[in-house]
Order: sequence, then C-alpha cells, then structure tokens
Amino acid sequence: MSTRRTMRPDDPSAVLDRHRDLFAVSPLGRASALAAPVGIAGFAVFAVWWLEIPFSQIGPGLASLAKFVALMFPPSSGGHLDLLVTAMGETLAIAFLGTLIATVVAFPISFLAAGNTAPHPVIRFAIRRCLDTIRGIDALIWALVFVGVVGLGPFAGILAIAVSDTGALGKLFSEAIESTEARARESVLASGGTSLLAVRFGLLPQVLPIIAGQILYYFESNVRSATIIGIVGAGGIGLQLSEQIRTYDFDQVAFAVIMILITVAAIDWISSKLRFAIIGRRAVV
Amino acid sequence: MASSILSVSQARLEVLLADYRREVGRRRRQSLLVLAILAILVAIAGRFGEVDLGYLVQHISNFTSYFGRIIPKLTFAHFGADVADWYWNVAGWLKLLLDTVLIAYLGTLFGAGGAFLIAFFAAANLAPSNVLRWSIKRIFEFCRTVPDLVFALMFVSAFGLGPLAGILAIAIHTFGTLGKLFTEAIENIDMKPVEGVRSTGSRFIEMVRFGALPQVTSSFASYTLLRFEINVRSGSVVGMVGAGGIGQDLFVAIRKFYYTDVSAILLMIIVSVAIIDLVTERIRHRLSGRDGSR
Repeated sequence: MSTRRTMRPDDPSAVLDRHRDLFAVSPLGRASALAAPVGIAGFAVFAVWWLEIPFSQIGPGLASLAKFVALMFPPSSGGHLDLLVTAMGETLAIAFLGTLIATVVAFPISFLAAGNTAPHPVIRFAIRRCLDTIRGIDALIWALVFVGVVGLGPFAGILAIAVSDTGALGKLFSEAIESTEARARESVLASGGTSLLAVRFGLLPQVLPIIAGQILYYFESNVRSATIIGIVGAGGIGLQLSEQIRTYDFDQVAFAVIMILITVAAIDWISSKLRFAIIGRRAVV
Repeated sequence: MASSILSVSQARLEVLLADYRREVGRRRRQSLLVLAILAILVAIAGRFGEVDLGYLVQHISNFTSYFGRIIPKLTFAHFGADVADWYWNVAGWLKLLLDTVLIAYLGTLFGAGGAFLIAFFAAANLAPSNVLRWSIKRIFEFCRTVPDLVFALMFVSAFGLGPLAGILAIAIHTFGTLGKLFTEAIENIDMKPVEGVRSTGSRFIEMVRFGALPQVTSSFASYTLLRFEINVRSGSVVGMVGAGGIGQDLFVAIRKFYYTDVSAILLMIIVSVAIIDLVTERIRHRLSGRDGSR
C-alpha cells in the first residue's frame, strides 16, 4: 500500500498561475469536445423514436427471458446426443472445407488484386470491386442462395462459407502482398530469374506466415459462423438449435450452446498454438 | 575498390551441396507431411459435410441461372420505366434499410457502452481483482461465441417480433467482441501515466480517467466504428428471424423466388454498407492520424 503524503507548495495558486495555459480550454474546444457525445446521444434518441421501441414490452420480455433461463437448467441432450455430435462434426467440416476452398480460390486471385503484382490497374480495380461485392453479402444470405442450388444440407453451407470468405481472404491476402518488400523480388530478377521465380522466391516467403495466420484466424471465426448457418437449412448444429428455440426446449438449447462453447474454445486453443508456431507471438493484422 | 569472386574448392562445394540438399529434403518431407494430414482431414470433413462434387457439377447451371434470373431486364428504350419496375417498392425498402442501420447503431452503442464500462476491470494491468477479471473475460467469451442469431431467436420469443430483439441481440454480441478488443487495447497501454496518477494516491476511477483513458479513446472509437460497419451487415441478417429491418423482406424474396427483388434489396444493402464503410474509414483515419501527431 502506498501512503499518502501531503504536498505543501509555498503557494498553490502561484503554481497554478504559472501553468494557467495548460488548464485553459477555449470555448470552441469545449464545444467541439461536447459535440460528439451530444450528436451520438441525439441520434440514439432519434433511432429509438423512429424504430418505435415498445418500452412496455421490456418488462414482460425480461420476465419471459428469465423463465427461459430457468428452463435451461439442468441442460440435457434430450436423448439424442449422437445427433448433436454429428451436427457439431458437420459444423466443423463446413468451417474447415469452406476455409480451405476459400483459401485455394482467393490465393491466386489476390495476386491480381495486389498493386505490386497485378498485370494491369484495370484488372486490379475490377477484381477489388468484385471481392468487395462478395464480401458485402453475409454468409447466411449466400447459404440461402446455395440451398436453392445444391439443396438442403452441409454442402450448401460449405459453398456459402467458401464464397463469402473468398471475398474477405482475397482482400486480406492482396494487402499482405502489397506490404511486402520489393527488394527480394528485384534481386531474384537481377540474378536472371523469371517473374514467376521472383514471386516464388522473393515474395512468397514474406507473405506465407502472414497468410497462414490469417487463414487460421478465419477458420476460428468460421467455426462460429458455421454454427448458425444451419438455421436456413445449410447443415450443422444451427438447425437443431433453431428448432429447439422455436419449440421452447431450452434445456436442449443450453446443452447445444455448451457444446458450441467447448468446441470453439478447443479450436481457438489449437489454432492459436499453430499460429504462434508459425508466426511467433504477434497479433494478426 | 577491388573485388574478387570467392572460389570454393570442389571438395568443399560437395559438402555444401550435400548439406543444402539434405536441408531442402527435410523441408520437403515436412511439407509433404502437412499436405498428407490436410488430405486426411479433407477426406474426413468431406464425409461429414456430404460433399457431392458430381451433384454440384450437374446443378451448377442452377447457380449461374440463378444469377441470370435475379438480374433485372433493363432495356435502353424504357430504362426509366424498367428501373421503376425493378425498384417497385423503393420507399418501403428504404425505410426498412434505415431501420436496419438504426438497429445496428443502437446495438453498437449499447454494446460498446457496456464493454467500455466493464473492460477496465478485465484488463490484466488495471484490474482490481483477479477473480473479477477472470469472470468478466468468460462473460465476454460467452457473449461473442453464442451466435447473434441465436440471441435474436430467443429475444424474438421473449420480446415479440420487431427491432427490440435485433437491437438486444446485436448489443450482446458487440459487447462480447468489443469487450475483448477494448481489454486488449488497455493491456497494451503505456503504464507510466497510470503509475504517475497512482503515485498521487488516486482512486481506481481517477487512475482510469486520467492515466488510461486518454491513451485508448481513439482506438476504442475506431474499433467501435469498425464494429458498426459489421453490425449493419449482420443487422440485415437478424431481420431474417423477425428481429426487424430489411432482412425479413430479403428472406421472403429469396425463399419465394422473387428474383429481381433479391437483386434490388441486395444492391441496396451492398451500396449502403459501402457508403458506411467509406465514411467510417474516413473518420477512423482522422482519429488515428490525430493519435499519431500527438
């Protein structure tokens, strides 16, 4: 514990006077400091008014929410544990294959989207806008579309994750490629290598660790999103989960949620170990 | 400057080459091993995921024709009328889109506000108690791992259909993700100002206010803006389960095969997300720029 000491300056007001300008705040500065919070709060009030939030529903809603939570204990598998385990396996398969396909597709595309390797700025621009569009649509909407194409089941989920992640990974990979040093590539070219060799020996060694980290990070996040994709019928544990919520089997909901929590924690742990093994202890940007 | 090319004797060269080959061979074997493990995992996952490439190839025409069908027929001669026909419900959709953005806004605001208040108790360098810190971290983890759609489904059952369920679901998810990010930002601060404030005998709240907060406000703000962007996107999804916003209409359009409606709504979502992207990126750059000049 630190002990308090009393400070006894000769004259506190004299000290304060000497540093007056440090504490002085202009009215304009004060107004602009206030503007942001006031604006944020004002917009929030407008939003509440516009959305016509029914405040009278909050009380009864909380009461029924408490009832749901009470119904969750004790969690039970409802007698079909094997079904849930299979569904969880499906979820992992969706995340794994979706990430893998997205990586395989996004990797070559990203070279066309990176400023330093793109053959032409027009191609780069077109590919970037395509990736942005793909990214702008949520994986769940892709899942709905693919359920229409390949029917109900996890395959639709795999394709949905693959497509939506191609957009995201393509962008990240191309940014990683752009942030590489040109010198290594130039030296390969200077020693008579072709531009393909320059990419292989001058560029790939620089980006591979970054890309590997990003892939693992996306795999983790895909395990999370693959748990909900089943809600629209695209396989995985989401189907069971949404059915159980709709039929008010909250003990089974709790069981499924606990399963998801444990699986996600395990996957996070494994992939963070792998990530640290590949790139060392630094954050993935 | 004189320079000479280093010459190596044949025998020495042999040794070096052998070393090189052994090293390359070792790395090749390692890569092959990784590839083999990956192949096995793919096979297992393929079984679980009911991958049927033949089916995909057979029905890939569905996919392409789907996109063929959602693209509206716009003719040059009646361009205005065709666009009007395509966007027949533009007023209704714009209102729903605004709903979605506002749901995302309120959800982000409440989630970020909660995370902001709690994160200081979860950061390893400031937390007053380890037990508290551990439990807050678990709560954050719970909030971000349980999918927002699951929360939305439960809240729709509890609070009824409408934006309230969506706001709450997004707020809880945002609370979890931002809580983690805020905590990490706090853990990375320079501790000297904190120690300086602490040495004057201040309480926890003063230490946070004057020691830690000035260092993290700009990164908090940019994380929150980034999250807002993401939430606009997921706001369009929580609508699918009846939690307000444009998602409901999109869901109905996809399920009932109103093809041109799908493209109309998707285009509106993509454009508004892109606009929000641009605006928040501007603000974030300004925030980080100000941070750098300080």
